[in-house]
Amino acid sequence: MTKSSFSNIQSEYLALIDHNKCVRCKRCIQNCGWGTYSFGGDKILADHSKCVACGRCYTYCPEGAISIVKNPTVIRENANWSEGLIKNIWRQSETGGIVISGMGTTFKYKKYFDHILLDACQVTNPSIDPLREPMELRTYLGKKPSRLDVDLDENGEAVLKSKMPPQIELQTPFIFGAMSYGSISLNAQKAMALAARALGIVMNTGEGGLHDDLVPFGKNIIVQVASGRFGVHRDYLNSGVAVEIKIGQGAKPGIGGHLPGEKIGADISRTRMIPVGTDAISPAPHHDIYSIEDLRQLIYAIKEATDYEKPVSVKVAAVHNIAAIVSGIVRAGADIVYIDGYTGGTGAAPNIIKDHVGIPIELALAQVDERLREEGIRNEASIIAAGSIRSSADAVKAIALGADAVAIGTAALVVMGCHVCGKCNTGNCSWGITTQRPELVRRLDPEVYGERLYNLISAWSHEIQEVLGAMGVNSIESLRGSRERLRGVELTDAELKALGIKHAGL
Amino acid sequence: MLRIKNKFNTERDISGCGLCGIINAKRVKTNGSDIKKAISIEHDRGNGLGGGFAVYGNYPDYAELYAFHIMYDNLPAKTDVEEYLKNNFIIEKEEPIPTFMTSKIYDHPYLHRYFIKPKSDRPDKLFHELGDDDFVVNSVMLINQNYDGAYVFSSGKNMGAFKGVGYPEDIADFYKLEEVEGYMWTAHNRFPTNTPGWWGGAHPFTLLDWSIVHNGEISSYGINKRYLEMYKYNLALRTDTEVITYILDLLIRRHKLPVRLALTVLASPFYQKIDKMNGDKKELFTALRQIYGSALLNGPFAIVFGYSNGMVAMNDRIKLRPLVAAAMGDFTYVASEEAAISAVCPSPDIVWSPKAGEPVIVEFEEKKIPQKGGLISL
Repeated sequence: MTKSSFSNIQSEYLALIDHNKCVRCKRCIQNCGWGTYSFGGDKILADHSKCVACGRCYTYCPEGAISIVKNPTVIRENANWSEGLIKNIWRQSETGGIVISGMGTTFKYKKYFDHILLDACQVTNPSIDPLREPMELRTYLGKKPSRLDVDLDENGEAVLKSKMPPQIELQTPFIFGAMSYGSISLNAQKAMALAARALGIVMNTGEGGLHDDLVPFGKNIIVQVASGRFGVHRDYLNSGVAVEIKIGQGAKPGIGGHLPGEKIGADISRTRMIPVGTDAISPAPHHDIYSIEDLRQLIYAIKEATDYEKPVSVKVAAVHNIAAIVSGIVRAGADIVYIDGYTGGTGAAPNIIKDHVGIPIELALAQVDERLREEGIRNEASIIAAGSIRSSADAVKAIALGADAVAIGTAALVVMGCHVCGKCNTGNCSWGITTQRPELVRRLDPEVYGERLYNLISAWSHEIQEVLGAMGVNSIESLRGSRERLRGVELTDAELKALGIKHAGL
Repeated sequence: MLRIKNKFNTERDISGCGLCGIINAKRVKTNGSDIKKAISIEHDRGNGLGGGFAVYGNYPDYAELYAFHIMYDNLPAKTDVEEYLKNNFIIEKEEPIPTFMTSKIYDHPYLHRYFIKPKSDRPDKLFHELGDDDFVVNSVMLINQNYDGAYVFSSGKNMGAFKGVGYPEDIADFYKLEEVEGYMWTAHNRFPTNTPGWWGGAHPFTLLDWSIVHNGEISSYGINKRYLEMYKYNLALRTDTEVITYILDLLIRRHKLPVRLALTVLASPFYQKIDKMNGDKKELFTALRQIYGSALLNGPFAIVFGYSNGMVAMNDRIKLRPLVAAAMGDFTYVASEEAAISAVCPSPDIVWSPKAGEPVIVEFEEKKIPQKGGLISL
C-alpha cells in the first residue's frame, strides 16, 4: 500500500502573530511545549498544525502580539456528520489506531447540576450571616458507628465506651482527586500538597507511588493502590492518612492505564518501583479482584498492614448499577467510597470510553445515598463525589444530594494554568502540569500555585458558607443529604425521581 | 370534612408559635387553670389554627396502661382501628374523651380514648420479639399511616395530649382542663404559615411518654427526616415537631443516651468550643457530632418536652427563638415570654433566659419505677 503524502486533517487553531507588535523576544518559542513556533531569521513563524490552544504563548507574550483563533476554514456543517466525527474517521483511517485524549468528555451531555436550584430562608426562619456567626464546614470521612456507646463515670459524666473508627478530618469538604506522579508532574503534586496542608484537607497520590519529597506531607495525603500496584510497599501504605483502592475512574470505567516508557525517568522509576523506560501498565481489573469477596480480602489486607489505623477508601466509576455496587463495597468493609462520574478527567483514555461509558455523578450519587439509607448502612461509609465539580455550587448540590465531600481534579489543574486542551496524554503540557519534560516541569512553581489552590478552595468554602447561611443552617452536616433544599428545573419526572428531588414550585 | 391528617402537597408544615411549661418537681398536682392562663397571655403568638396541652399524672388509676387518644374523621375509621386494637391489645377501658361545646370550638373530630396494653400472644409475636414500647410505637405509626380518617395523638402512660384547631384557651375550655389535674403541664399556641390548621398538626406532638411543644422551623428538616427514615421512623405528619420527638425517642429510648447528652445532639456545641475541651470530653463530643451530625436540629427553635422523668426546655445553638425560665419553690416555669410566667407566678425566686443550646432540665425528685425498655429491632 502506498503511503499517502497528505493528511485530510487541517489545523484546528491558527496561531496568529501581529508582526507589528512582536519584538522577537522569542518567549513564545520557549513557552510552547508543542513546537508551534520557530524563528525564521527576521520574524516568528507558526506551524498551526501543532497548536492545541493551550493558551501558554499569549499568556506569556509581553506585547500581546499573539492571538489563537479557531481555524475558520469550514468543514460543511451537518448536524448528523459533525466535524468531530469526520475528523476521527480521517485520523483513524490514517493511523489505524484508537483515538485517545486527556481530560474529560467534550460531549455536551445534560449537566444535572445546572438544573438544580437551592433554597433560602424567608421570614419563617431566619437566614444566618456567615460574617458574624460561626459557620462550620468541618467534615470527617470514615466509618461512623450507628450509635454512640457511653458509660457513666463516678461523677455521672458520660465517657466513650469504645474508640471511634479512624477518620480523616477535613476543614472544608473538598479533597484533591487522584492524579499520579507520571500523569502529572511532581511540581503539580507539590502544589496540591502545599495547598492541602495549608487548608487542612487532603490530596491523593493516584497510582504513581509517593515521591520522597511528598513524604513530609503524609497527614494531608491519601495513598492509592490500583491494579498495577505501582509504588506500593508497607511504608507507603502507612505514610498517608488513608489508603484508597482504585477500581475505576469516571473518564474510563472498565479501562486500565498506560504510562509510556518514555515518561519513566529515574525519579518516576524509583517512585513507581519499575525499571527506567519500561511502560507502566495498570491492568483493567485488579487481577486479584474478580468479585466483591476478593475486594473484601484486599480491604482487610490493607487494614491489617496499617493496623486498622487508616480508613480504606474504594474508588469506583459511576456505572449503571452503581447503587448495588456501592452497597456491596460498603458491606465489604470500605470506610469511604469515592464515586467518579462520567465527566471526570483522565491523563489519557480512549474517546470511545470517555464519551460513551458511565453515568452522571448527580444521578449516581443520589441513587447511592438513597440505597445506603434504605439498607440502613449509610453511616458505614462516607461518600466522596467527583467527576467535574466545576464550582462551589456544584459542590453544594452534590453535598445536598448526599455526598460527604467532593473531589476536584480538573479544577485544580485549571488553577495551575490548564486550559483544558485535552492533550495530557502527549506529555507536552506547556504549563508544566501533565508533562515530565524537565524544562516544562520547572516552570510550574509549587509555591505560587499552591497559594492559588489555597485561594480557590478558600473562596469556594466562603461561598458554601454564604449558601448555608442563606439556608439558615450553620453546619455543613445540616445540608448533607438534605434534598428538601433542592428543586429541579427543566427535568422530567424520571430525572427528578432518580435525583430524589421535587420540581421547582412544588 | 375535618382534616386530621395533612393532605396538603407540601413536604412539611411549618409554623411560628408560643409555648409554656409548668412542672412541680415533687409531683404536686395542679389543675389546668394556670397553664391556660399562662398560654392565653401569649394569645398573639398564635392565629387560632392550633392549640394544645400535655399533662402528666392525669390518669393515676390507669398508670400502668398506655392511654391512647385517637381522633376520628368518621365512624367507619373508628370501627377499623378498634378492630386492630382488639386483636393486639387488652383494652381495659375505653370512652369518649370528655369535651364541652364552646362557642369557639364548634367543629371537631370524634375524640376517643383507650387504656390498653399489648397482648402477650398478639399475632405480631409470630414475626418479632418487640418490647411493649416498640410495639406501641409500631402500632401508632401503623394507624397513623394506614388507617384513613384515624389519628393517634397520644400514646403514653399516665399522661395525655389534648389539642385541636383553635386558640389554646378555647381548647382548654373545650376539654375543660380546669377539671384535669397533673404535676407537669405543657402548652402550645400555633401560628402555621403554609397550611391551614388541621387537628393532627396541633401541638403537643407525642409518642409514648414523649410530648413536645415547639416554636420554630427546623432548617435541617430534610436531612433529619431522611436520617430518621433510615431507622424506620415513618414521618407521616410532616412537621418539625414530629422530627424532634422521634430523634429524642431514637437517642434516649433506643440508643440509651443520657438525656443531657441526647440534648447535646439536638443543639451541639460548635467545633471551636469542642476543640478547647479536655481529652476525653473532646473525644466524646467529637464522636457525638461525627455520629449524630444528621440529627442536629439546625435553625431556630425553642422546645419544651416532657417525659416520664421530668421536663426539658431548650433553644437552638444560636438562640433564634425566645425562651424564658423561672423557678418558685418546687415549681419551674418556662415560656416564650416572661409575661406568661408573671401571670401565674408574679414573684418567682429566680427568672433567667437560658443560653443558646443549654437545656433547662427539671427531673422529678423521686424516681418512678423504670419502664420496661424496648428492643432496638424495628
